[in-house]
Amino acid sequence: MKLHEYQSKAIFSKNNIPIPRGRVAATAEEAKHFSEELGGRVVVKAQVLVGGRGKAGGVRLAKTSKEAEELAAQILGMEIKGLPVRRILIDEAVSIDREIYLAITIDRKARKPVLIASSSGGVEIEEVARVTPEHVYKIHIDPLLGLRDYQARDMAVSLDLPRAYWKTFLDICQGLWKAFLSTDSTLAEINPLVITSDKRFLALDGKMIIDDNALYRHPDLIDLWDIDSEVQTEMEARKFGLSYIQLDGSIGCMVNGAGLAMATMDILTHFGGRPANFLDIGGGASAEKVAAAFRLLLEDPKVCSVLLNIFGGITRCDEVARGILIAISDLNPSIPIVVRLAGTNAELGNRLLTSARMITASTLSDAAQKAIKLAQGVELEHSG
Amino acid sequence: MSILVNKDTRLLVQGITGQEGLFHTLQMVQYGTNVVAGVTPGKGGEWVLDGKIPVFDSVKVAVEATGANATVIFVPARLAADAMYEAGDAGIPLLVCITEGIPVHDMICVRQFLEQKRICLVGPNSPGLLSPGESKVGIIPGDLAIQGNVGVVSRSGTLTYEVLNALKQNERGVSACVGIGGDPIIGIGFVDVLQMFEADAHTEQVILIGEIGGNEEELAANFIAKEMTKPVVAFIAGRSAPAGKRLGHAGAIIEGDAGLASVKMEALRAAGVRIASYPEEIPALMD
Repeated sequence: MKLHEYQSKAIFSKNNIPIPRGRVAATAEEAKHFSEELGGRVVVKAQVLVGGRGKAGGVRLAKTSKEAEELAAQILGMEIKGLPVRRILIDEAVSIDREIYLAITIDRKARKPVLIASSSGGVEIEEVARVTPEHVYKIHIDPLLGLRDYQARDMAVSLDLPRAYWKTFLDICQGLWKAFLSTDSTLAEINPLVITSDKRFLALDGKMIIDDNALYRHPDLIDLWDIDSEVQTEMEARKFGLSYIQLDGSIGCMVNGAGLAMATMDILTHFGGRPANFLDIGGGASAEKVAAAFRLLLEDPKVCSVLLNIFGGITRCDEVARGILIAISDLNPSIPIVVRLAGTNAELGNRLLTSARMITASTLSDAAQKAIKLAQGVELEHSG
Repeated sequence: MSILVNKDTRLLVQGITGQEGLFHTLQMVQYGTNVVAGVTPGKGGEWVLDGKIPVFDSVKVAVEATGANATVIFVPARLAADAMYEAGDAGIPLLVCITEGIPVHDMICVRQFLEQKRICLVGPNSPGLLSPGESKVGIIPGDLAIQGNVGVVSRSGTLTYEVLNALKQNERGVSACVGIGGDPIIGIGFVDVLQMFEADAHTEQVILIGEIGGNEEELAANFIAKEMTKPVVAFIAGRSAPAGKRLGHAGAIIEGDAGLASVKMEALRAAGVRIASYPEEIPALMD
């Protein structure tokens, strides 16, 4: 789960990381009011969960509260990369001496958390890492020891920070580590961390990503979830414990297991078809879950044929077949469905489906080619 | 012969009284695995499978009583980290974790702890291990593979079954099948298993089943190029995956240019690995 800038900064502030004074507004009037409170000169920032807000015109400086109101009205009417701007952050404007990038994330290769910093703050760190990797400093953190002060000090030296700033910088690093740990984040990023012209540190912008698998122990964070930013069908799928990602092809796929679901998409692509989605029904799926998954597929208007690929292990093919039969009697779909069952109770499952006049296939490549032909409108004789 | 587990493995099942734990314990016993004990805190003193397998409250006591030397973990994600610490603390040298959905912060600490104790962890989010004719630890259906000389290592579950099935259809036997797990933070990786296959006298060739995300495949390619004498065939899932979306497995995500299937395939191809376009093509590419 991604957090908005204002949500991330609230968590930073709780962990003693200084942030600019600011308020979240949902209307232009509120924006005007808040900018008056903050002394007129403010930055109006779109709160959407995508990168590149600045380039899209979603972050603007207002010199007066009237200007803030106008800009707020503009930005609140915008869509950035397809996401409507529903909230804006009104932050006090500050004059900046220096910008730094500072983040803690998980280094998958090292299998440890890593503190990352760069003197090139305010820009995309991936870009800095690509062009000038020597300007990106990394210090791995032993998860059982936590971030040690000497490590933060080493980072201050790498960044060439004057000694007068070390103490505050250490506090900020420790605050960021606490924010990272206490929220089960996979990313806690301050970009930029600035030194103002009056010699203060401020976290001007922030981003956090929370591990979905750990949300059960953060009920307070679940409330921060921005449902608007999620694809509705993907949210719906989640309710049923299904993993569903929409794509732009024409062949609906339903598979048990993530790896096999990817391989099924790949084989469709290999034979010239285009998958409409990724859908993993997981292990040991019940008939009800299968029926729910099937409904999701059929609700997608792009879907011209459906390919079901089930390799039974824990999942029993006859149970899956029953779910398909429930869904079919409920929805009475007109599009062709190709079913390939293998593994546990595959024969029993196939018998159940043959009586329902479904197109069956014994191998994955056979199933994929049939689904592609059917999607292209080619009639195939129903087996059975 | 086989790697990691064999006929002498004395297996403990953590979470043995749960629905999945019990079901798969039965499957493992029927396959011939020597399951010596189970652990479910609060259920010590009970027996499962018609009084054949004793249940203990703690791993420590179970190990003392039965001499278990490997454990398979079926406990729910919220309790899995503790189960792994407990097994590590009791000194069990091999942990196989089937559980999916463990918080990544938990796994980072568990992994560090087990590494310091030099304990071998397989998984989490792994289908487990299958050494045909010898031992099955985990959930891989035993009837999918016959004994032979092909080593199989994979990040996936049912995709592995698909490959095992293709091998069986072509009368290819398997020396051992290892599921390393689909999570971003896992125990042993491709390179560890490739090393074991390279050293195993009964493995003559290897199949590697990778997927998008992370850099396990790139590390494997590097190892194969430098150290591997046995031929390797690979399949990488997720060529048609969109960037930035997590495809089911927590570890299967393309972040920026990192984790792309095309990059992984290129690295493996450069190391002399034959790449299959789809799982059923694998047998034809083998020696």
